[in-house]
Amino acid sequence: MKTVITSTGDKVNSLFDLRFGRAEWFCVYNDETGDINFINNDNKDAQGGAGTKTAEKMVELGVTKVISGDFGPKAKDLLDKFKIQMVILKDDSTIIEEIISKLK
Amino acid sequence: MESYKIAVASGKGGTGKTSVSVSLCHYLRECTDKDITLADCDVEEPNDKIFFSSAALQNSCSIVRSVASINNNRCTYCRQCVEYCEFNAIVVIPSAQYAEINSSLCHSCGACIVACKYDAVYEEPEIIGEVNNYSISDNILLAEGVLKIGSTMQTAVIRDLKSRVCNNKGIVVLDSPPGTSCPFVETVSDADYVVLATEPTPFGLHDLKLAVEVLKQLNVDFGVIVNKSGIGTNDVYDYLNRENVELIGEIPFIKEYAGNYAKGELTSNIPEIIDSSYRDITDRLIQHLYIEKESLSR
Repeated sequence: MKTVITSTGDKVNSLFDLRFGRAEWFCVYNDETGDINFINNDNKDAQGGAGTKTAEKMVELGVTKVISGDFGPKAKDLLDKFKIQMVILKDDSTIIEEIISKLK
Repeated sequence: MESYKIAVASGKGGTGKTSVSVSLCHYLRECTDKDITLADCDVEEPNDKIFFSSAALQNSCSIVRSVASINNNRCTYCRQCVEYCEFNAIVVIPSAQYAEINSSLCHSCGACIVACKYDAVYEEPEIIGEVNNYSISDNILLAEGVLKIGSTMQTAVIRDLKSRVCNNKGIVVLDSPPGTSCPFVETVSDADYVVLATEPTPFGLHDLKLAVEVLKQLNVDFGVIVNKSGIGTNDVYDYLNRENVELIGEIPFIKEYAGNYAKGELTSNIPEIIDSSYRDITDRLIQHLYIEKESLSR
């Protein structure tokens, strides 16, 4: 099962990014294989619809859980439709590694 | 018969666009024999009507736009429409056989319809607001644009409202929405003259500067009314001097007048000093619009 964690950088010691649609990076963590990889967010500077496009990306990636600071209404609708669990975390001082360790 | 368009705008909200618009209509009717149309372009919060107790609704019509939609039976999930859409309004997920257009992001540009080779994209009408026409008196009309709650198509509503009033003979006063973004630009861009209402405060000046910059780029003739003069600082006057912007007039801050405004009584019991300010302002505007006052007030 794949989980996406929004991240400010492309390393496991990068800080968690509170933004969903406009996050800098996405950390994709696979809890079956333990694989961790980072994907750049192409939509972070979109004029509009960043949340929708990012939700679309999540479906394409086949993730079952997304951890971010919050989710806008349009992103939430799409994630709900594909039964992707949304986890809201308000702590922007935490790093990606800490979040992954809690998922294990 | 020619028509003249005066837009009343500001950068900052609460500087007096509505009270200036309503007052200008009142004085333009007194000082000319032109018919007056007041177009309330502040479509998110139209409130000019409040100041006319005699306003009688003549008619009301819906404003409709086309929104793109996808027929899933025809869609091949090729994503060509997604590539064409500048507004990220289209979600197509081939692996999930999913295609949808988000109507709140759609700008009705029609690019997706051109993009689709399979005839899967079509347009549907969507109501985005309405225009209400009120008669105020024999020679004043009020046309009010109202954006449907939840819609973000302010400019489309303003454009529709303007297309209905721009050929009205006489003088059309356009009460602009606040700010300096698209709804403001849509309202003022083809005006014959723009009146910027400001207040002599740091916030008023900050946003006035933004509005002036936009109007310079739009190449529209404009001047400034300092509303609530006597409060705040002199910085706005220094700025107008420095930038060589015309000061059309000042409306002093008088508590009694503010009280009248709060009661919705802008055009009765006007304090003398404010009355004479508005008469001077109206004279200047008439000159700006090249209306020969004498030939009108036979």
